[in-house]
Amino acid sequence: MPINYYIFLAVALFCIGVAGVLTRRNAIIIFMCIELMLNAVNLLLVAFSKMHYHALSATAPHAGIDGQLFVFFIMVVAAAEVSVGLAVIVMMYRNTHSIDVNFLNRLKH
Amino acid sequence: MIPVLLIVIPLVTGLVGFLIKNEGNARGWSLLSSIVTLIVALWGLSLAKTSPLLAANVEWLPDLGSRFAVGLDGLSKILVLLTAVCFPLIFIATWRDQYKKAWNFYALMLLSQAGLIGVFVATDALLFYFFWELALIPVYFLCSQWGGERRIQATFKFFIYTFVGSLLMLVGIIWLYWQTADHSFSMESFYALRTKLSGADQTWVFWLLFVAFAIKMPIWPLHTWQPETYEQSPTATTMVLSAIMVKMGLFGVIRWLVPVVPVGSWAWGDTVSGACIIGMVYASLVAIKQDDLKRLIAYSSIAHVGLMCLAIFATTESGLQGVMIQLFNHGINILGMWIVVDLIERQFGTRKISELGGLAQKAPALAILLVVVALANVALPLTNAFVGEFLLFSGVFTSTATQYSVVFTVVAALTIILGAVYTLNMIQRVFYGNTNSLTEKGVDIKMNEKLVLGAIVVLIIVIGVYPKPVLAMTKETTDFLLSKMNYKL
Amino acid sequence: MSIQSIWLVPALPLIGFLINGLFRNSLSKSLTGIIGSGTILLSFVVSLLIFGQVRQPGFQGEVVTLFDFITVGKLSIPFAFQVDQLSTLFLLIITGVGFLIHLYSTSYMHEEAAPHFARYFAYLNLFVFSMLLLVLGANFIILFIGWEGVGLCSYLLIGYWFKNLDYGNAAKKAFIMNRIGDLGFLIAIFLMIRQFGSVEFGEVFAHASSAKVGVLTAITMLLFVGATGKSAQIPLYTWLPDAMAGPTPVSALIHAATMVTAGIYMIARSHVLYDLTPVTQSVVAVIGLLTALLAATIALKQNDIKKVLAYSTVSQLGYMFLGLGVGAYTGAVFHVMTHAFFKALLFLGAGSVIHAMGGEQDMRRMGGLRKWMPVTNLTFLVGCVAIAGIPPFSGFFSKDEILAAAYAKNPVYYGVGLFTALLTAFYMFRLYATTFSGGFRGTQDQEHHLHESPSAITIPLIVLAILATVAGFLGIPEAIAPDAHVLGKYLAPVIGGEAHGGVEVSKGTELGLMALAAVLALVVSVWAWVRFKSRPDLAEPTGFGKVLANKWYVDELYNAVIVKPLDLLAQLLVFIEKNIIDGIVNGVGRLVQYGSRQLRLLQSGQVGGYVLLMVVGILVLFLVELFVKK
Repeated sequence: MPINYYIFLAVALFCIGVAGVLTRRNAIIIFMCIELMLNAVNLLLVAFSKMHYHALSATAPHAGIDGQLFVFFIMVVAAAEVSVGLAVIVMMYRNTHSIDVNFLNRLKH
Repeated sequence: MIPVLLIVIPLVTGLVGFLIKNEGNARGWSLLSSIVTLIVALWGLSLAKTSPLLAANVEWLPDLGSRFAVGLDGLSKILVLLTAVCFPLIFIATWRDQYKKAWNFYALMLLSQAGLIGVFVATDALLFYFFWELALIPVYFLCSQWGGERRIQATFKFFIYTFVGSLLMLVGIIWLYWQTADHSFSMESFYALRTKLSGADQTWVFWLLFVAFAIKMPIWPLHTWQPETYEQSPTATTMVLSAIMVKMGLFGVIRWLVPVVPVGSWAWGDTVSGACIIGMVYASLVAIKQDDLKRLIAYSSIAHVGLMCLAIFATTESGLQGVMIQLFNHGINILGMWIVVDLIERQFGTRKISELGGLAQKAPALAILLVVVALANVALPLTNAFVGEFLLFSGVFTSTATQYSVVFTVVAALTIILGAVYTLNMIQRVFYGNTNSLTEKGVDIKMNEKLVLGAIVVLIIVIGVYPKPVLAMTKETTDFLLSKMNYKL
Repeated sequence: MSIQSIWLVPALPLIGFLINGLFRNSLSKSLTGIIGSGTILLSFVVSLLIFGQVRQPGFQGEVVTLFDFITVGKLSIPFAFQVDQLSTLFLLIITGVGFLIHLYSTSYMHEEAAPHFARYFAYLNLFVFSMLLLVLGANFIILFIGWEGVGLCSYLLIGYWFKNLDYGNAAKKAFIMNRIGDLGFLIAIFLMIRQFGSVEFGEVFAHASSAKVGVLTAITMLLFVGATGKSAQIPLYTWLPDAMAGPTPVSALIHAATMVTAGIYMIARSHVLYDLTPVTQSVVAVIGLLTALLAATIALKQNDIKKVLAYSTVSQLGYMFLGLGVGAYTGAVFHVMTHAFFKALLFLGAGSVIHAMGGEQDMRRMGGLRKWMPVTNLTFLVGCVAIAGIPPFSGFFSKDEILAAAYAKNPVYYGVGLFTALLTAFYMFRLYATTFSGGFRGTQDQEHHLHESPSAITIPLIVLAILATVAGFLGIPEAIAPDAHVLGKYLAPVIGGEAHGGVEVSKGTELGLMALAAVLALVVSVWAWVRFKSRPDLAEPTGFGKVLANKWYVDELYNAVIVKPLDLLAQLLVFIEKNIIDGIVNGVGRLVQYGSRQLRLLQSGQVGGYVLLMVVGILVLFLVELFVKK
């Protein structure tokens, strides 16, 4: 399958993620949208990695392996981020009984 | 060796001064330090010009191509002498002024002195810039901590003005540094640039440096920080500012600007001269209308400094010699004026001319000393300023650097008349006439003040009658600098 | 005494100044007086000794160099003295008349407290020192030092009674008007430096003929501007009458006998330049003549005894400039000398009167004083006769010499000059008659106190009266006795022979003119005396008289045309300073503050907003990357 399809899919996922982050006010959905963006990137990385492997494995046996490594990194970081983020959301819900991010404008003061 | 000593003594004594924590001791300490500096300076002046003691050159920032290079030539000598003479006089004259946490005050004054001497002796551009800031930073604190009512605004204005200038200068210095053949900040490399840089480059880099110096002098229309800062600073700081610091600007132009980018200076000479002349007449006229003694003197200083700057751009021998001698004279004379103002303010709590009057009856000694200083301020013959101004004016008049030399001289010389107007007005309204309820209780000046003013008067007359030693001291440097300044593409 | 010791002449008054100035609080009045007058007397003696050498026939001027004053590049200005016939003549006048006036002052100023008395003598000595520098200087710079120095002393002495602010204003006016003239002088010096590379008399005069006439005219005109300031000529004369605020001996010494003649000295000294520039010469003559006439008309209607004398001084100075303008340098210097004698005499006489009247200066309250003050009366009369130009008193000879030269140049000059001379005779005898003749018009109290002055006052009067009588015989014109012009012969090495400027008048014409002037002066004098003896001019002047009494409203004119506009300009600049220049600076500060206030609104605290901005930023970067060509 040509690489273009992967790219279009990843871009579409990424834009959905961006739109979600910008438009939604529910913190959990925003989180999910962020995950969507991360996964869009992961998808791209994997696709490119595969492509490079096919193209270059004759001369370089490890071609494309770094892309896959990045994907694992991102998954680990995303998991950590989600755990911290969910903890923040839980704390926020306890304090404000809401998970609407528009309440969170304390940074201004 | 000697230049290093001259920097180190006030620097170290100043740092130690922060720890003294006792007003009387701090005062004595700073006076002692300044007297030692004076002695070392006089020692330096007495040495032959080939003496190895007069210069020092050690590694400083090798990666940048900057060295700790200092030296005393004629121009440095006269300004170091001025600094060294002024500081003890300032400390003695303001002996009775009271300051909160006086030890900090005196320590900062000494640090500023170290910076000033550093500026005057540095022969490395980066070092020059370093000391330039070292001299200024203590002044921000001095003014904002011990100043008058509106000290914060005044300091802020002063800070912004000088800082903008400093940054432009830094940019200019760095740019010039990249152009040098050996990537060095040394004076020789900078002077060698004048044949290397194109006319267009010299023309724009001229402004980077000149704005910094013009702010410091100050040249119209960049002068508005000055009256306000002088008015709000504690008088001792005002004395340093006006007697010595304005000379930094003139010094910068003579040492680091015109010889480095002579083509740029030629190109803009008429513009700068025009600004100087407008400033002179303008400041003299504004001075006539001032009621605050400090502001009056501030404006008169703008007029006098404008003349010196005008003469630098005339690039004639008598003009430049006049600048050299006038650098010293102006410092001494204006110091005398400030001392009188300080005395009046301390005694009567006001500097308003309209509230004073008849002081000559109550304080005859003060009146006589002031009249002599004021006459020097209007450049009466046989006072030091006459020698200076005569050379300055004749330098401008005989200049070939500009085709407008006659017009420049005539318009600038109008300030001779205007200077007499505001000075005599001031003398008359403060000292003559009858006393009022405020000045009735006035008393004459004390011994220490008489001593300081007496010393200034003696300097005024001696240099006015026999200026030859001072002229001889600066002659060689003048010729050297002129040979650099008179370069044409 | 060797010529080299010339430095003693100015040094002695300087020592007097230093002693009196520094120890004014501890010296007794008599000691102050002795030091003050004694140093001048010694100086006079030294001058006499030097004069003894200079008057030897064949003496050529000598330059005595003391030390290098300023040396810059090729320009070298030594502190040097010029000893020749002209400067020694002035030395004698200055120290001689100066000594008499110092002596007079010891009595006149006796009521002052000791420190002020010492201050007075210190100033006076400083003045003599400066004046001596002025006439001794061997280059224009030393001349200028003295020139400004005398201006300073004049300032200090006019404002001697500093409690009175009016006096202070008069002093200030004198100083500033002098400075205007000095500016001209200074620029002339710069021109000389540029043209000749030197300011020494010898150098400048030697090369004068090689310079362009245009440059020379500029130099001479500017020098003359300096002279109009110092010697009170149109347009800078108005300070001199106001200068009468000073003590009367000061008016006699500075504002009559010596300082105001500095301009004449300077032009006579640089006559080489003036001879080469006929345009300037005409200007000098016309200005001199106009000043003489204007001041004489003003003097007609003044009632303050010192003011009359002041305007008469301005008028006589105008005469001297007329003389200089028509090339009669000897005549001008001659008139300086005789004028020094008779005008000092008149001022000192007026001082004696004022002293007796207890400070009263208004002639309308005097009258008949000759009864009480015989010596003053007689000497004053001598002075009046001398200034009126009645032979054989000194004024006649010197004035005649100038008028004869003026006639030779242009008869119109002569006509106006003669008319002015008659006005002089008229107002002087009006003054004399109103003051000394008729009956006393003051208060009883004043009448009670009237007395002849003490001998310290009368002796100078008598000496000056003798000099005013006989000094004229030093310059007997050729027409009367050939070869009898002693002064002319004496000055010839410096000023050159009788320079009547081309056309010589015949002996017969000259005698006729002389006789005409003498007879008319006599007639006018007697007429004025008779007229004012019985009917003094007491009423307030009306019509044209009022214009004259108000000095042609020149002061008011200057005020309206120069002082007021300058003041307004200064006020305008203060406004500009505060609102425009400083406004721009503060405006920059305010702009920054305003800008940051606006930018702060972006920082809303809404995370969504930040993210949106971020996304927009990324998009913009993308677009830039994609579409901007490298």
